[in-house]
Amino acid sequence: MDLASAKQIGAGLACVALVGAGIGIGNVFGSYLSGALRNPGAAAGQTTNLLLGFALCEATGLFGLVIALIILFT
Amino acid sequence: MAMNPMAQFEVKPLVSLHIGGYDVSFTNQALWMFIVAGAASLFFYAAATRKSLVPSRMQSMAELSYEFVSDMIHSAAGEAGLQFFPLIFTIFTFVLFSNVLGLIPGSFTVTSHIAVTFALAAVVVLTVIVTGFLKHGIGFLKLFVPKAPIYLLFLLVPIEIVSFLTRPVSLSVRLFANMLAGHTMLKVFAAFVIALGATLVTPKPWFAPLAIAPMFLIVAITALEILVALLQAYVFAILTCIYLNEALHLHEHH
Repeated sequence: MDLASAKQIGAGLACVALVGAGIGIGNVFGSYLSGALRNPGAAAGQTTNLLLGFALCEATGLFGLVIALIILFT
Repeated sequence: MAMNPMAQFEVKPLVSLHIGGYDVSFTNQALWMFIVAGAASLFFYAAATRKSLVPSRMQSMAELSYEFVSDMIHSAAGEAGLQFFPLIFTIFTFVLFSNVLGLIPGSFTVTSHIAVTFALAAVVVLTVIVTGFLKHGIGFLKLFVPKAPIYLLFLLVPIEIVSFLTRPVSLSVRLFANMLAGHTMLKVFAAFVIALGATLVTPKPWFAPLAIAPMFLIVAITALEILVALLQAYVFAILTCIYLNEALHLHEHH
């Protein structure tokens, strides 16, 4: 296998990080919804934590994208 | 046909300038940073000049954003955090305006470059470290020692130190990667539209109407990107508040 095709395969493999990000984001919103439906009164106060959890989860997936870009463009 | 989705992030020198062997050219990135800072200043200047008791639309927008950030600092960092209001409000406005102005087709997204976002994150983390040492002296290092049994500390202290050291990286990469990924995705779908539309002049013209589908997807993704632009500015600001809270109050709750 030559270097160019190995790079393409490596960049593709790096995107597997998005699996974890998808599971995480689904978990964040799912848990928020189940909590909010049980106690709607407390839901409004937790939007900050919801968005924070979403952003932290999403970032881990994007680290994989950054690795893919580093592999492709260096 | 050049359809490289990364071409939009290219930094091009507008005015070539070399001083002492260093390339300090005025680039399109510098131009857009001036535009972002100018637009933000102009907005708040225009909103604050004609003040009235019953606010105009512009004045109430400025007041809303002021109260939004002020409430956010108060809830995340307490009363003592309000002294950092100018810093956090500036960072929030700069990130917000550069994210939103970057969504205009043909413009340049300043925050899609890690050089910019890392500079912002470095300012935040240095502020946290300086504030912590000024307020608590050497006691600031207690930040790395959570309340736990002594045998767990051998494990927890290195984890705390690593998590503190990765903060500037995660803070900057989050913003930069979000902007980069969103704009790349837009351009990839735009390339689908062009590629499908170009089949009109080939022997298989019946593929051309399919170009409608990715075009509607672009509209949907643009809506998502507006949400991401606002959300990332908010997340950057609130994480700054949370880090400052730790520097101000260590582990105790305010």
